[in-house]
Amino acid sequence: MDIIYFIVQQMMFFSIPLLIVALGGMFSERSGVVNIALEGIMVAGAFFSIYFINQVQDRMSGQGLLLLAIAIAAVSGLLFSFLHAYAAITLKSDQTISGTALNMIAPAAAIYLARTTLPNGVQQIQFINTFRIEKVPVLGDIPVLGPLLFQNSYITTYLGLLILAVSAFVLYKTRFGLRLRACGEHPQAADSVGINVYKMRYAGVLISGALAGLGGLVYVIPTSTNFNATVSGYGFLALAVLIFGQWKPLRIFIAAFFFGLMKTIASSYSGIPFLQDLGIPSDIYKMIPFIATMVVLAFTSRRSQAPKASGVPYDKGAR
Amino acid sequence: MNRMKKGLSNASASVLAILAGLLAGFVILLISNPANAFQGLVTILKGGWNNGMKGMGQVLYFATPIIMTGLSVGFAFKTGMFNIGAAGQLMIGGFVSVYVGMTWTFLPGHLHWIVALLMGMLAGMVWGMIVGLFKALLNVNEVITSIMLNYVGMYLVNFSIKNSHLYDPLKNQTADVAASAIIPKGGLDELFYVTKGRLKDASSVNAGIFIAIGFAILIYIILTRTTFGYELKACGLNRHASRYAGISEKRAIISAMAIAGGLAGVAGALMYLAPSRGMHIHVEEVLAAQGFNGIAVALLGLSNPIGIIFTGLFVAHITEGGRHLQSLKYMKEIIEVIIGMIIYFSAFSLLVRDFLAGRARRRADSARDASAPIPEEAKE
Repeated sequence: MDIIYFIVQQMMFFSIPLLIVALGGMFSERSGVVNIALEGIMVAGAFFSIYFINQVQDRMSGQGLLLLAIAIAAVSGLLFSFLHAYAAITLKSDQTISGTALNMIAPAAAIYLARTTLPNGVQQIQFINTFRIEKVPVLGDIPVLGPLLFQNSYITTYLGLLILAVSAFVLYKTRFGLRLRACGEHPQAADSVGINVYKMRYAGVLISGALAGLGGLVYVIPTSTNFNATVSGYGFLALAVLIFGQWKPLRIFIAAFFFGLMKTIASSYSGIPFLQDLGIPSDIYKMIPFIATMVVLAFTSRRSQAPKASGVPYDKGAR
Repeated sequence: MNRMKKGLSNASASVLAILAGLLAGFVILLISNPANAFQGLVTILKGGWNNGMKGMGQVLYFATPIIMTGLSVGFAFKTGMFNIGAAGQLMIGGFVSVYVGMTWTFLPGHLHWIVALLMGMLAGMVWGMIVGLFKALLNVNEVITSIMLNYVGMYLVNFSIKNSHLYDPLKNQTADVAASAIIPKGGLDELFYVTKGRLKDASSVNAGIFIAIGFAILIYIILTRTTFGYELKACGLNRHASRYAGISEKRAIISAMAIAGGLAGVAGALMYLAPSRGMHIHVEEVLAAQGFNGIAVALLGLSNPIGIIFTGLFVAHITEGGRHLQSLKYMKEIIEVIIGMIIYFSAFSLLVRDFLAGRARRRADSARDASAPIPEEAKE
């Protein structure tokens, strides 16, 4: 049983950031803007928030500091994604181009800023992890469920699940969500009934920026003790999870946890006696998440449900 | 004539973006250390020249793989696909050519490196073709398969190196390839060197740059002068229309991805079929940066194969300049920021160009309407 608890706890560390970032990507794409810049935005969010933690951790610690960092990550992601929104929506430029540009700028700028401003000119930003929750009071004592979800966890795990619930609600049960989806499917029709397509698309991209920035922090906190200007391709993986999840919140949730489970097996198989005994080299295990995703996609992609107008700049003049 | 005119106007858009990006870079230099900012900009622009002819040789050397990955990404763009998987194709291609370069020593000397290069290309083609097959037959988005295959390729190469005689555990990288598998210098080391005392310190540049330029011209011919290339481009512009015109969309997707993969595979071969002082495949869990720089090179070159030669050289040039910024107390990462800015601005500059062209056309139209009742040229 302990092994299962261990796997689930580990799985959260991989799945939650993917979930948050993929949900972000969902808002952008459902509004009609492809956001390939998720990776860069994650780096930007992680950089500013961890830089903040690094600067104030002598005076603060624990959940209060983490909450502040979360806010900073989301805001910096939002501001950074504004660059993408401006190019893609206002200037109607190719969405791949500005996305790629952001992906290039973010890690380079993070290293440049760290090396220029930190003492000793190092690019790694150290932080002390005071955020782990040993056991949530009361809830942590519930049999089975307690060790699964409420021990050895982070506040970000619950935040991620909350974001999932809110996203699903916003997308399907609110006027805003309906309008957002309309702009991604048929912007001309949306415009004809008085919806401001540009505004909705800005909203979509900025939400994705805030969530991706937050996802960057959520990824780094449990898996490392420093930030080295990279989120190891998690932004791209989130893009894959988004497509795997068919642009729908619940399916994204399943996709993120599927990938997270595979990733857990790949990274901590040595702690699982059954897998350890098989004697398969670690590099093979590390391939599993990627191959498994491809296999699943091969069987499920026949009917892709991508938003129809995603990636096409909206031009009010073109009818 | 018309084609050239269009090419020039496209180039002017890229130049505009480059100027804007450099200006942004200059502002960053000014903010971080005003005293050296101008000197810093000069250093970046001097690029390889900071180290004379050897430096310029290094520019050609580092431009070679990114021209190839740029061609790979650009070719896929022309067919309406985004090949974000050049990094993985490059690794697989590089590994196979190193394998051939170390083990197939039975080949005659002057053939060995060519065979190694071709096998690398073939391996890249296979890796790229998987993406095409998944898209054409199973409707899986090419972006996602490319991303997945990048990681699979990286781990597969690491695994294969560590479990073979190719591994040099002391340096944690591949051992040297056989002398006959090294890409010949083509006389370039006689041109690109600096003298240190009585010794010649030659650059690492080799005939690979000629091969890359040759591939660029080949791709240009395929795209502009062959039916096959026309069909691929047609699929990229409008797949429904081209299917209606009787073009097999599936075949186009599969072959385009195979060719894109092959080009990235050649990039790997050109990188790693190198002498002991040159590049070796490191066993580390990092995707090849050249794969992603290829995206930048292709975008800046507007996916035009000839343009890609120049943008590849430019990116390598200012990257080489960045290495010399350290002495002015700047970090070399500013180069990547500048390249990113240039790409960001290139998205705008196309717009500016279209705007100017549109205005010029309207003005010409109204002038013609006023003077001549019968328009002579109604072609465009």
